[in-house]
Amino acid sequence: MSTVTAPLLKRPGKEWPGHSFIVSEPLRLDCGIDFGPFTIAYQTYGRLNAERSNAVLICHALSGDQYVAEPHPITGAAGWWTTLVGPGGVLDTDRYFLICANVLGGCMGTTGPKEVNPATGEPWALNFPVITIRDMVRAQKLLIEHLGIEKLFCVMGGSMGAMQVLQWASSYPESVVAAVPIAGSARHSAQNIAFHEVGRQAIIADPDWCGGRYLSLGHNPARGLAVARMAAHITYLSEAALHRKFGRNLQDRNAVTYGFDADFQVESYLRHQGSTFVDRFDANSYLYITRAMDYFDLAAEHGGSLPAAFPGTQPRFCIISFTSDWLFPTSESRALVHALNAVAANVSFVEIETDKGHDAFLLHEPELFATLRGFLAGCAEHRGLTRFWG
Amino acid sequence: MADRSAALPLGIDAGGPRIASAAPDELRRDLRLIAEMIEPGSRVLDIGCGDGALLAYLAREKDVDARGMELSQSGVNACVRHGLSVIQGDADRDLDAFPVGAFDVVVLSQTLQATRRPRHVVETLVRIGKRAIVSFPNFGFWRIRLSLLWRGRMPVSELLNNPWYDTPNIHLCTIRDFVRLCDEIGTEIERSVTLDRHGRSFSLDPRGGLANLLAEQGMFVLSGKA
Repeated sequence: MSTVTAPLLKRPGKEWPGHSFIVSEPLRLDCGIDFGPFTIAYQTYGRLNAERSNAVLICHALSGDQYVAEPHPITGAAGWWTTLVGPGGVLDTDRYFLICANVLGGCMGTTGPKEVNPATGEPWALNFPVITIRDMVRAQKLLIEHLGIEKLFCVMGGSMGAMQVLQWASSYPESVVAAVPIAGSARHSAQNIAFHEVGRQAIIADPDWCGGRYLSLGHNPARGLAVARMAAHITYLSEAALHRKFGRNLQDRNAVTYGFDADFQVESYLRHQGSTFVDRFDANSYLYITRAMDYFDLAAEHGGSLPAAFPGTQPRFCIISFTSDWLFPTSESRALVHALNAVAANVSFVEIETDKGHDAFLLHEPELFATLRGFLAGCAEHRGLTRFWG
Repeated sequence: MADRSAALPLGIDAGGPRIASAAPDELRRDLRLIAEMIEPGSRVLDIGCGDGALLAYLAREKDVDARGMELSQSGVNACVRHGLSVIQGDADRDLDAFPVGAFDVVVLSQTLQATRRPRHVVETLVRIGKRAIVSFPNFGFWRIRLSLLWRGRMPVSELLNNPWYDTPNIHLCTIRDFVRLCDEIGTEIERSVTLDRHGRSFSLDPRGGLANLLAEQGMFVLSGKA
């Protein structure tokens, strides 16, 4: 049953809605490989103004993609930040030009391990080079230049998206007016690497993974990827949120069955999370992107000094954390605040009280919306940016 | 008792509202006094900035690069919602990272008495600020002395309105104590202002006994060590 090919893997990326940009010159990656040509798939909302000063780059998280505010082309689910985007919204499409690109190594149109390696005519699989957060950002910078944008009004994102935001501020501070890392960190912690390793081993242990060559052999390691997703999903929630949503409630039954069926609602929920994920995500992409997060350590790139990672005139920062986020806890954001204070950067830092855990950045969180709205309005005023037509 | 919004609080919780949208003439009187001491265009850090009334005023009226730090989440969120640059943090823990002379002026208004390590905080203020403006309630004020002498209990008034077992004000001091602290850490007092409970200033030598007896508030401008 696990040899069934997921919808994602049946469809070549070009059928999906949105734009693509082909990078023809090879890009030097952190691993030392000159990679290219490759494709960046991206989506935009709103209109770029004449001054090209209203562009907001949204960086997606590990399991996210460029479909920020429209139905997902595979699952049909609402875009992951639909609640923020729209005319008059927090990310006001009458005011800002929003860009979101699928990350390098991803599986929604940007070149990743499931694309065909032109040298062999087979999918890249494990021959795809190991990429880093900095490589993802380098690719985004090429896209931004291609769009004729010299300076982004804002770069924002949650979780792995926050890592990209920080990398932007570190690598291209002159190209960013405002930076909003949400539920993020300047490095992946040992605990986070450990959770990722569990997920990767679940994929690798699936016989259908076939040493990574499952696409060429007509298999799909759906079981392994689903388990990886289930384990990861627990880390995105909190004990309180799980208890609030499910408690010890039973799933469609009045008593436990003395077996290993999904007796509990929480089991059923996790199984659903796992099975829907495999329809839209590539297992090898999961390996590569989790690896990129593990390797992320901004201070290590700068001789162990986090302040040294933020040279030059830094953008205005709005750092946001959530009280119940134990994957990227507030202490990580606070360390970042201290590092930015050390270089006297203009920083706002808000810790939002919620029991929704790490995933709070994706959920309806009014305090988050109010904070973002106020911060962006302040920056827009500072920058002399007004609403487009009106 | 006096109008709360104009009164100078002895307990920080008793502080008048510091509304970010406050018009200049609505700015609390002691904050207005602080604002008058700040040069246009300077870089200012307001520690314990509440919901940003002083910052908003400075940014709007004096084109100041205004930053804030505030302990309460509601205060921080209100500030950021209004476009102010404020971090959630406290004076004890979150000032150390700033480099020497990072700000032209560091303001610590009505907060010193609530810190765990006031001496370290004052030392940090004069390290990270070219100047520091510190204001605090004077525990040597005659009414407070009289209250303790007469009633034999910890002073509680409309201004100092927390009972001893439930107060954020853990390190109360007198004006004389503060002057002594400045001497001990070798900090120069550029200017001092004594204030009554309505925030009206009057001029008394801070080293004299009269200031320590008659002032409800002390406000000091300290030279930074940068």
